[in-house]
Amino acid sequence: MNILVCISNVPDTTTRIKYSADMKAVDYSGVQWIINPWDELALTRAIELKEANPALVQKITVITAGGADAEPTLRKALACGADDAIRVDAAGGDSLFTATQLAHAVKGEPFDVILCGIESSDYNGSAVGGMLAELLDYNSVSAVSSLNLEGNSVKVTREIDGGKQSIETAAPVVLIVQKGIAINPRIPSMRGIMTARTKSLKVVAAAAASPGSKVVGYQAPPQKSACKMIDPENMDELVHLLHTEARVI
Amino acid sequence: MSVLVYIENWNGKFKKSTYELVSYGKRLANGLGGSLTLLSIGRVAEDELKNLGAYGAGKILSAETDAPLDDKAYASLIAGAAKNNDASVVVMAHNGTGKALAPRVAVRLNAGLVSAVNGLPVSFQPFVVSKKAFSGKSLMQAEITSDIKVITLSQNTAGIETFAGEAVIEKIDTSSMTSGTKVLSTEVQTGKILLSEADVVVSGGRGMRSADNWKPLEELAGVLGAATACSRPVSDEGWRPHHEHVGQTGKVVAPNLYFALGISGAIQHLAGISSSKVIVAVNKDPEAPIFSAADYGIIGDLQTVLPKMTEAFRKFKSGN
Repeated sequence: MNILVCISNVPDTTTRIKYSADMKAVDYSGVQWIINPWDELALTRAIELKEANPALVQKITVITAGGADAEPTLRKALACGADDAIRVDAAGGDSLFTATQLAHAVKGEPFDVILCGIESSDYNGSAVGGMLAELLDYNSVSAVSSLNLEGNSVKVTREIDGGKQSIETAAPVVLIVQKGIAINPRIPSMRGIMTARTKSLKVVAAAAASPGSKVVGYQAPPQKSACKMIDPENMDELVHLLHTEARVI
Repeated sequence: MSVLVYIENWNGKFKKSTYELVSYGKRLANGLGGSLTLLSIGRVAEDELKNLGAYGAGKILSAETDAPLDDKAYASLIAGAAKNNDASVVVMAHNGTGKALAPRVAVRLNAGLVSAVNGLPVSFQPFVVSKKAFSGKSLMQAEITSDIKVITLSQNTAGIETFAGEAVIEKIDTSSMTSGTKVLSTEVQTGKILLSEADVVVSGGRGMRSADNWKPLEELAGVLGAATACSRPVSDEGWRPHHEHVGQTGKVVAPNLYFALGISGAIQHLAGISSSKVIVAVNKDPEAPIFSAADYGIIGDLQTVLPKMTEAFRKFKSGN
């Protein structure tokens, strides 16, 4: 079985977001880039499955759509344990544009299980995985919190409101994964970092694709007013304020 | 210019979030000068469907089936209904089901998708919607440029409105539905207030010190009719189940009232709670970053503060 993990290259979670002077674009200068946290968990699970059963999982490939500046993030994924990488040379665009680029690079390639994080921490779109499945005409399961492979059968747990479902499907399939799929993300070892330099990173030309949406502009979220401190000995005051001032109880 | 809203049911019943979604769809249709059509997939009693008339439902398409959620099959049905009804905007909830289906529906309709929109469009022509980006650190406006538009609505951002009118139900054929996924088993906790639907959430962090200390937190939640939640270290330690984890990689919640008890307020946690209307924080560290996100703060030890707090709410609730 071959596993493909889709990687989004995103600003580090603690990044302070800055904008261009006209507020129409994000200013990415000085930003530290990381593997999107959910994609990192997906990659971790893929590596765990390969380590547990190398006869079943032959290869893990990582893919991203982006410019050359996304390559360090792919190299980090290779250092974590992916075998090879693909970069579709297509930066920007919305989820439909990105999914079209990924589908173009993946179509006809022998990937049995395609893993996508349930959202990316930049635009929080939760869209590329489902779109990729539809473009490839594969089955998909979303909100996947555990994954096991048995022969050609794919067994997953899907989180639902207030509970979970155990689901069986067959490859090829797109799995849109969330927390639980792996607990602690894999950190590259020194040896991993050394071998990552020699692993294959293939660049694929962009496909003709048009986005379905575009960013008009940004705003900083409204400033919260200062926190009102309440005497720990006077909880009636808290109740009173929540009732009469905040009007939430 | 019609609007199609996909409405999910839970064992044949709708929830508060359904009414919000339907009345949002009605206001959207009014703004576009068009009509609203709902699509229900599953088995929902006629009364339950008819009730949606009060929230603006005109036509309700009822696709009766026992087939559980299969992304491909459901998306195909929704996209088909959108085409048959000349929908120019398709709306779903930004929940697990909406996240699974909206992207597939968008591809089928060759439509742009903007997910997790906050409220009504900023502009109908061009079609511009507002949403949070960078896990709550930024607000973004996006224009959907395709002919058909797909959006998912963030819960608790649009409010519920009622309208005069009656819903007309039309059955649609589901005989050609096939599924590529098989549900082997389903486990649902009953009797618990769902985190996603709760008006009040009581959440504990590492400051709770151990799994054994959760009883007083659950007591407070019981008094307030609240759902319980936790921060990431708590679920990582196994003090609480993973489905209670609120934060960037866990659940994003938007209750009216959120209690952060012994939660320091790491940026990953704030990403999950920034849409809460009011935040109350209790922490023994006056420098904890949670106080910059909170509306009301109490500096103190939870072991003494929590029982007093519960008692005060109990007194208030019994006086009401």
